Amino acid sequence: MEAIAFYVLAVLAVASAIVVIVHRNPVMSALALAVNLVTIAGFYLVLRAQFVALLQVIVYAGAILVLIVFVIMLLNLREELKARSPGTFQKWLGPILALVFAVVLGRAMLAHAAPSFPAPVPGFGTAAALGIDLFSRFYYPFEVVSLLLVVAMVGAVLLAKRRL
Amino acid sequence: MEPRLVLAVSAVLFTLGVLGVLLRRGAITILMSVELMLNAANLAFIAFSRQAGTAEGQIYVFFVMTLAAAEAAVGLAIVIALFRLKGTTDVDEVSLLKW
Repeated sequence: MEAIAFYVLAVLAVASAIVVIVHRNPVMSALALAVNLVTIAGFYLVLRAQFVALLQVIVYAGAILVLIVFVIMLLNLREELKARSPGTFQKWLGPILALVFAVVLGRAMLAHAAPSFPAPVPGFGTAAALGIDLFSRFYYPFEVVSLLLVVAMVGAVLLAKRRL
Repeated sequence: MEPRLVLAVSAVLFTLGVLGVLLRRGAITILMSVELMLNAANLAFIAFSRQAGTAEGQIYVFFVMTLAAAEAAVGLAIVIALFRLKGTTDVDEVSLLKW
């Protein structure tokens, strides 16, 4: 059952990622990105990280994606539709570099993969388990991240404001 | 399903994000490709968290999500400022600092 869900999710994730980078209309790219983000949440569920899966749907597929679609609509990006296609240099060198990168990355990551997942620990991935760690061992990083959000908020308002 | 497969999917998604950044010229599409890469990294974090049976990986994912939200807000604000300045979001047009 888990294996079937995994393969379906894998096909959906890769297909939607290809649509994101290939489609000429940015609105379609954003919608494909939505599909991709939800399939990633599905992966998290299969990997027993329920709380993070929930956060993924709320924060990514909810907030960040709405922000992206909002900006696309705001700028009325018909420009991107008739944007020039990549030059020959870019068109050939890009995929080659990406392929080299994929080989290096794949080797590095697969070197540390165990043959199979262990049986899940009880309470693994619940909000309670995460919250206890977050507010004890990771308390200072948590506070620093909240500071980062304030800085990003001020920065976004300053950058997008017409006149200061 | 084994860790190998999950990590392979993660690597493929990350590479697709890299390819998007290398091939596309629209600033917003590039930002979306960056989101793809962040998500691929998150997937690897969750896979290793499941493999180790500890919560650290999930907490890092929590931090990366916050970072991605901050990045999207600032990045899109820059895109808006760029559009006001140039009337386009084509990154090749933005060569003010190039001599």
